[in-house]
Amino acid sequence: MSLKLAVPSKGRLMEDTFAWFGARGVGLSRAGSEREYAGAVTGAEGVELILMSAGEIPRELAAGRIDLGVTGTDLVREKIPLWADKVDPLAEMGFGHANLILAVPQFWVDVSNLDDLDAVAAAFRARHGFRLRIATKYHRLVREHLTRAGVADYQLVDSQGATEGTIKNATAEAVADITSTGATLEANHLKILDGEPILRSQATLFASKTSQADVALMSALCATLGLGDKNF
Amino acid sequence: MADKALIRAEAERAFALFQAAGAQAVETDLLQPSEVLLDLYGEDIRARAYVTSDAVRGEQMLRPDFTVPIVQAHMADGAEPARYTYMGEVFRQQDAGTGRPREYLQVGYEVFDRASPADADAEVFALFAEALKGRELHASIGDIGVLIAAVRGLTTSEPRRAALLRHIWRPTRFRALLDRFAGRAPMPHGREALVAALAGQDVAALVSGAGPEIGLRSADEVEARLASLREDTEVAPIPSTEIDAVSAILNLLGGADQAAGQLAEIAVGFPAIKAAAQGFVRRLHALAARGVDVETLSYEGSYGRTSMEYYDGFVFGFARDGAAPVASGGRYDALTRMLGQGREIPAVGGVIRPALLQQEGA
Repeated sequence: MSLKLAVPSKGRLMEDTFAWFGARGVGLSRAGSEREYAGAVTGAEGVELILMSAGEIPRELAAGRIDLGVTGTDLVREKIPLWADKVDPLAEMGFGHANLILAVPQFWVDVSNLDDLDAVAAAFRARHGFRLRIATKYHRLVREHLTRAGVADYQLVDSQGATEGTIKNATAEAVADITSTGATLEANHLKILDGEPILRSQATLFASKTSQADVALMSALCATLGLGDKNF
Repeated sequence: MADKALIRAEAERAFALFQAAGAQAVETDLLQPSEVLLDLYGEDIRARAYVTSDAVRGEQMLRPDFTVPIVQAHMADGAEPARYTYMGEVFRQQDAGTGRPREYLQVGYEVFDRASPADADAEVFALFAEALKGRELHASIGDIGVLIAAVRGLTTSEPRRAALLRHIWRPTRFRALLDRFAGRAPMPHGREALVAALAGQDVAALVSGAGPEIGLRSADEVEARLASLREDTEVAPIPSTEIDAVSAILNLLGGADQAAGQLAEIAVGFPAIKAAAQGFVRRLHALAARGVDVETLSYEGSYGRTSMEYYDGFVFGFARDGAAPVASGGRYDALTRMLGQGREIPAVGGVIRPALLQQEGA
């Protein structure tokens, strides 16, 4: 059976992925029209290209319905419990760089780190009667990060998009989101807290550990891509 | 996994004993509104409880414990004093690989009584000891009230005491703050520079110059915190004798009898804990009066600190060495205050996990 390789279905991430494989001698392209979500592969035997929403690739990898997939580290860690048991990162691809960070309004000159955030959360709760709200879609990663740092008196509110706007709309006091240049944060009068980001993410080629992949085909593809000997 | 019927029989036995002791049997809903639990426990409960949603009632949780709904029911229309018992499943998410059950029976006993806290503590403990008699379990006790009294008695500023009290149930963070307030660890990175930048500055201008005021937290709140940060730099380090006393309290380990003596000794140099130490002795007397052999009781200064953050006095647990407690409980006066909307009542209680008891017995 051929290997199923899933790649983000649109935009910059798809183009960069095609270019990354192309530079390694594997040609990926859309089959037929721009609207068709199937692809064509040249330069590698027995590989089937599937175009898929980047957000769904982690789930499909974990379930073993695809053998290989390109997606961000952030999505894998957020969406797959015990991700290291389910997927194997084969190669960091050097694009799609983004950090998961915590940001607060720029005029909070008293806040520059998690210690400050914790103290402010306590004061905020005492004054407003509810926990300081942090808007994010990365619930698991943010919660684990704040628990490790001993931050209390906050709550996460779900925001699946336009997260930087939640503070001005008074539906959150702080945000945790992915940023690459920080331009959107800046435009929304937010600043990033000092210290290490919650996560450094980039586009990564993952192999599923749960799929029944053809070992010979997998090894051959890895060799073609210059990823060295891998045990499957 | 022990047989479910055996576990249920074990639970029924404890449930009957608790009712015979005068407790009223009560039931609670399996679906609990998230809001109260979240407000109480914080985000961590979302990772531990099963969260579900209801189009009308909003986010709901599968009952992660009985204490909260029982306190709520009591505070709404309970008679005083009151004793309750309950038996039913609770639900907790567990990390993969730990093998811990995700749903399990709990049987509990809770006392709401103003008369004598020491005696109520002893009543609950003695009843659990009776329910677990002959099981070869080891009993440990602790007293978070002693630690709270110690923190309240520290020679430092009120904000620093409040910060420590807030983190009593997060031992790592508590220790980090204590070291910092003792001058044994540096202040967070950037704090010094910020306070230096405030000197001789128009603080309001500094805040408004940094960016537009957006969101619910106002510029006033930012300025107030800046003022408190400035004041904080003037606060003298906590005397090392007091830090040592807190460390000694946390590290106390041994027989309950000896612990009483050691607490009294610490109280000589650190009188803030005197009343709490005396309360501990009163509790030991009350335990002895109910037939508990206090000489075989272990005392652990840090017992109950990493569990759910509501125990604020007596804490206890029964376990086989090194294993998860088969039964545990404690005093939670502050919880009744938080859920009581202006009212409060001293409360103490605990739960038995019959599945673990079955494993112990097997």
